[in-house]
Amino acid sequence: MKSMKVASTAAAVVFATSQIAVAATLDDVKARGELRCGVSGGVPGFSAPDDSGRMQGIDAAVCDAIAAAVLGDSSKVTFIPLTAKERFTALASGEIDVLSRNTTHTLTREASLGLNFTYYNYIDGQGFMVKKDLGVSSALELDGASICVQAGTTTELNMADYFRNNNMDFTPVGYETSTQTREGFEGGACDVLTSDKSQLAALSTEMADPDAVMLLPETISKEPLGPVVRQGDDQWMDIVAFTLYALINAEELGITSDNVDDMKANPPSPNVARILGVEGEGGEMLGLSSDWAYNAIKQVGNYGEIYARTVEPIGIQRAGSVNDLWTRGGILYAPPIR
Amino acid sequence: MTQNTRIPFHRDPAVRAIAAQVVALLLVIYGLYSVFENTVNNLVARGMQTGTGFFDEVAPFKIGFSPFLDFSLGETTYLEVFFIGIQNTILIAVLGIIAATLLGFFVGVVRLSPNWLASRAALGYIEMFRNTPLLLQIMFWNFAVFLPSLPAPKNSIEMGFVYLNARGIHVPTPVVEDSTGLWIWMALLMALCIGLYRFARLAKARFEETGERLPVFWINILGFLAGGYVLYFVAGSPLGWDTPELGRFNFKGGGQLPLPMFSLWFALTVYTSAFIAENVRAGIQSVSHGQTEAAHALGLSRKDTVNLVVIPQALRVIIPPTISQYLNLTKNSSLAVAVGFEEIVALWAGITLNQTGQALIIIAMTIAVYECLSLFTSAVLNWYNRRVQLTER
Repeated sequence: MKSMKVASTAAAVVFATSQIAVAATLDDVKARGELRCGVSGGVPGFSAPDDSGRMQGIDAAVCDAIAAAVLGDSSKVTFIPLTAKERFTALASGEIDVLSRNTTHTLTREASLGLNFTYYNYIDGQGFMVKKDLGVSSALELDGASICVQAGTTTELNMADYFRNNNMDFTPVGYETSTQTREGFEGGACDVLTSDKSQLAALSTEMADPDAVMLLPETISKEPLGPVVRQGDDQWMDIVAFTLYALINAEELGITSDNVDDMKANPPSPNVARILGVEGEGGEMLGLSSDWAYNAIKQVGNYGEIYARTVEPIGIQRAGSVNDLWTRGGILYAPPIR
Repeated sequence: MTQNTRIPFHRDPAVRAIAAQVVALLLVIYGLYSVFENTVNNLVARGMQTGTGFFDEVAPFKIGFSPFLDFSLGETTYLEVFFIGIQNTILIAVLGIIAATLLGFFVGVVRLSPNWLASRAALGYIEMFRNTPLLLQIMFWNFAVFLPSLPAPKNSIEMGFVYLNARGIHVPTPVVEDSTGLWIWMALLMALCIGLYRFARLAKARFEETGERLPVFWINILGFLAGGYVLYFVAGSPLGWDTPELGRFNFKGGGQLPLPMFSLWFALTVYTSAFIAENVRAGIQSVSHGQTEAAHALGLSRKDTVNLVVIPQALRVIIPPTISQYLNLTKNSSLAVAVGFEEIVALWAGITLNQTGQALIIIAMTIAVYECLSLFTSAVLNWYNRRVQLTER
């Protein structure tokens, strides 16, 4: 057995440069005993370190849930903060197993970067933030403005499209990180700060005077954000997608981290029994244990709990928004787990 | 038994040396080939598309600063973005090199001043800026000094028709109103230059004949400025001025030097000048004092001693390390991304890479740009260096 291992390691070294690891991310993660997850690391509500240095936020929670489902322990995640520029290369090169970094799903990214998007953990839209004393009440009044933006994002493209469509001129001021865009905006390098509305809300919580700024009413784009995996590993893609689906289904079925043990002992419905692994072979089909979803819900909470814990504190209410469940007027709709 | 004096070929040192070189070369070629081959294979295996097809696509983002090449949203292609990036890199490098050289020479000379306070101040300057990271300095000047201290556009600092605010410096730019007049003015200026050149030749001949000297340099400068000014009206004032005017958000019209560029230029200048100052000090100190004394003994004035004896010899020591500083400055301009100035790394290896995902080709092209710029800079300066080297007989 040991000689097998030595031989295969040697073979791996020999062929490492000529062959890529086509195979299973799942096996790699299990062998390593930890999930490597690419996050932003600087956006409160999505992924930002708390006082103890642990990454918190709705993006980070997705990673926690995947680790819980795959390894049975939500703490077995190594978070790797990435800039917008680095993120796709980090995923394609295998530096991370999953990218959960408020990343917008677009055709170019899906079709040309060797990536697969799974589902959405937050549905966003781009907006503009200005200082109140500028006296602007609509984005259509921004002709000639300087705009701080994170370079190399879809945000930059939407902004260019929007101004072009409306025959307005503007000066972009592009920074590398969202923190720098905030510093530039606060320091007066630009009149307007643009990003996804959730990020604007998050950034305003870090400003010296959050009451001196306001969001303009326009939403100029669709920004479906969600976890991304490498192409060519369908099993891993299913695991990531269904972990996210399980969190959403759990909310729909009323399973929370508090009542999940009771529900597992006495499933109120066949759906609950299947998701918690009491009935059916769902976990095994994914290559996981039968309690994969139970672990994720128990350790991380359902989607609603995660949202309340991460995004609500930055001031974005969920009730009635697109990020609510389809049963309550939103558009979050997860396929059944059966 | 006859003794075989022929050495077998595998023990012939000459053959072995060549064989070893051939084997080494083949290994290197194989190594490079397999890197290339693997890259291509892996890209295909991962479903990543690569190629130059995106060059002709329209760039879907906007560039704020492009002084010479035109940018228009919805028409400019990615390849043109590449050239705009090169243009901005060259611009910042040239401006930085000029300013750093002047400032560096000044500080280096002050460093050797007999005045204790002045030379200590220069020493403090050098040690402070040489010993802290450049990225930190760029961010310090931009975010901690210029942004907070400069006013919003509404309260801009006004200096004639020049306005200074947190967005940058706004200056009037000349606009051609009468192109025939402009050609006439250009022709007159040309004639003026020829005249001034003739004057300089005459002054030199007179100096060699009689030993009397005229301040040729200053007469020429003054003559050019005053003559050019007068001739401008003779040609019928062919230029108009596009002056910046305050719009709702910022100044419109005229030319603009954006603050990120100013911060970057300032930081690069200050940082590099500290190194150049040390080169200048070393160069001047390398000329032995005996040279100065000998020049004085020959009756050369203080100024002539410096210009004709000390500086030419000091340049031999100053130029080679200063070439490295110029190259460093050019490469360091890639830190612009920290303050949002749009040079090649920000525009091409940053925004374009992220929008197209073509990492391989974009990074390769960016490397090639810096390689070419550096080789060009050192070729020019090496040529200059050979010219100023003393010809030893």
